[in-house]
Amino acid sequence: MAADTATAQTAAPEPAADTPLRIHTVTAESVLTLAGAAAGALGLDWVLYERVLPFSGVLGFWVSWYVLFLVFYLAIAAFQWDTQAVRDRFFSVTLSTGGILATAIVIDQVAYTVVRGYAAVKHPRFFTQTMANAGPLSPVDVGGVAHALVGTLEQIVLATLLSVPLGILAAVYLAEVGGRAARPVRTLVDAMTSLPDIISGLFILAFAVLTIGLPKSGFAASLALAVTMLPIVTRASETVLRIVPGTLREAAYALGGSQWRTVLSVVLPTARSGLATAVVLAIARGIGETAPVLLVAGYARGMNANPFNGWQTSLPLYVYYEIQSPAPADRIRAFGGGFALIILVLVLFTIARRIGGGTPGELTRRQRRRLEKQRARWSRAREGMSA
Amino acid sequence: MPAEAQTQMIPAVPEDTPRAIVAQASMGDRVFRGVLRASGWSVFVITGLILVFLIVRADKAFRFMGAQFLTTSAWITFSPQHFGIAAILPFGILIALIAMIIAVPTGIAIALYISEYAPPRLKRPLIALIDLMAAIPSIIFGLWGLLFLLPRIIGFDSWLGRHLGFIPVFNFRLSTSIAANYVGSTFIAGVVVSLMVIPIITSLSRQVFSQTPQGEREGAYALGATRWGMIRTVVLPFGRGGMIGATMLGLGRALGETIAVTLIINPAWKFNYHVLESGSNSIASRIAVDFGSFPDAGSMGLSALMAAGLVLFGMTLIVNTLGAIVIGRSRSGAATAD
Repeated sequence: MAADTATAQTAAPEPAADTPLRIHTVTAESVLTLAGAAAGALGLDWVLYERVLPFSGVLGFWVSWYVLFLVFYLAIAAFQWDTQAVRDRFFSVTLSTGGILATAIVIDQVAYTVVRGYAAVKHPRFFTQTMANAGPLSPVDVGGVAHALVGTLEQIVLATLLSVPLGILAAVYLAEVGGRAARPVRTLVDAMTSLPDIISGLFILAFAVLTIGLPKSGFAASLALAVTMLPIVTRASETVLRIVPGTLREAAYALGGSQWRTVLSVVLPTARSGLATAVVLAIARGIGETAPVLLVAGYARGMNANPFNGWQTSLPLYVYYEIQSPAPADRIRAFGGGFALIILVLVLFTIARRIGGGTPGELTRRQRRRLEKQRARWSRAREGMSA
Repeated sequence: MPAEAQTQMIPAVPEDTPRAIVAQASMGDRVFRGVLRASGWSVFVITGLILVFLIVRADKAFRFMGAQFLTTSAWITFSPQHFGIAAILPFGILIALIAMIIAVPTGIAIALYISEYAPPRLKRPLIALIDLMAAIPSIIFGLWGLLFLLPRIIGFDSWLGRHLGFIPVFNFRLSTSIAANYVGSTFIAGVVVSLMVIPIITSLSRQVFSQTPQGEREGAYALGATRWGMIRTVVLPFGRGGMIGATMLGLGRALGETIAVTLIINPAWKFNYHVLESGSNSIASRIAVDFGSFPDAGSMGLSALMAAGLVLFGMTLIVNTLGAIVIGRSRSGAATAD
């Protein structure tokens, strides 16, 4: 029976979906053609751009290099291959550039903020001081982001508490109840994910602050953040819930489970890691939002740890105000705030990737080991019973 | 064979669909479904509340300016009040258009690269990278655009202005040799916004591309298509709806981008289409800059901002909803639809 179990187990997790056909196209010719076009374009670009024509600027240099490179590549390829192949290779090269470009931009933005921010962050008191005693003319080692860090953390926790339960319930509605009536809800959720971020701030200003009379505070800011985060949470969680296999639900129903039992004990636990990823990604999106909090949080230079009373500053708001100051020290501090913000986003992002490894139902190594042990215990118990 | 029965607990085939269950729902289930339905429809409640409160607050400004709200270029909200969106709305649309011209081809190229060309090892990191790009705060885009990109793009700007000036859009009426004439232009704002739109377009269209039926792809290969031939004849037609929807959702995002635009542009009050020249504007950035001046709830200034916000909200809501409908259509029939 042991052998039986082993074969059944190795067979079971095999995905039934068909895997794509892979075509290998890397040959010496293709690599050399690329390299030749790149080098030739670089040379010609240097001669034309720097020596012959009256152009200047780094960006222009690389734009014209890229255009020359494409022309060279087309020409060299046309010497060797037929039209179909040339077209195919040309598009592989252009589309690959897209991937490289995106990578370069993200790395550049993160690196630029981190490098510029280091000048402020290297003073250890930057994370323990507030701006209460620092003016625009104070040196960089006076004043910091302690109050903004506290504000950001409090606001994002409140916004998460407000938006995540509602967002996940709405996602369960879309995925589990569904049907024709759910379609407009899904459409609107999709539409609201790219709602202008200033509108949620304006809404909370008109609704909570001016009508209900809630003071401008960290709580008002977290309400605005919650409005921004809600559709993001819903959208991302729904995608995760949808990939929970239908067989699991049927198994639960077959055991006599009601729908709420099935959702609580089968669907949600199966999708747990994916849901956690969805939530953390939404937090990462929310934590960097400036526009919603701009209108309703106010701006405090000192520490205000009470989100329900008094104006409160969050990190993006801090950066926004400091960068608009003409004083060099303020600008350095703004980058320090940006440093802290981007590190927070990166940490959240890493957490999200860690917990949300595979598709729902796919077990981590530890979970599989635990299941293995449990199984062994069960089968021992059964054998004991039958003996 | 108890072991066999146990191994069947492992979820296997994702293809089978759940059986329709015909049974009287229990009390617990009815309550449960009620709660779910209420939370699902809360999105409509929130959207409705946004509309209602913006309309109520904007009423005063609309009454005061009437139809002139649409034709006035100035924004003077203290007495004698004279304000309207004739400059800030088209400027904002122009920024969004420039962003879309850059972002749509780039975003779709990246999506095609990830779904069709990238080696399997690189796929997941690249998807994560695009997610990360979407999560980079707009204030960071603003800092980067203002202090990193701006000084580097001015050379390119002046090249465009000097050599392509015969194209009306690139026409440059100011002295081309003064750097300050390029700062804070519609074009630079559009470039930065395009970078914020790319992740939206990429991730939405990639999802649709990756749902292209494997059989059709292999059919195209079997008929002798090259990879690009397969993409052109199978993937792109299949993903057309997704691309259109993604473009519209991206446009909605671009129209409403606030902080990066606010940091980059120099406010201008007379609309012009010379995108390289210093000076631009947008509704969202006007709200962000102006809101602090009116502490009192009944003031005309605040009401004017609410009116501008209402126009922005209405416009983006229409664009986004159309986009979402197109995306939803293109999904149906695929595994994720109902």
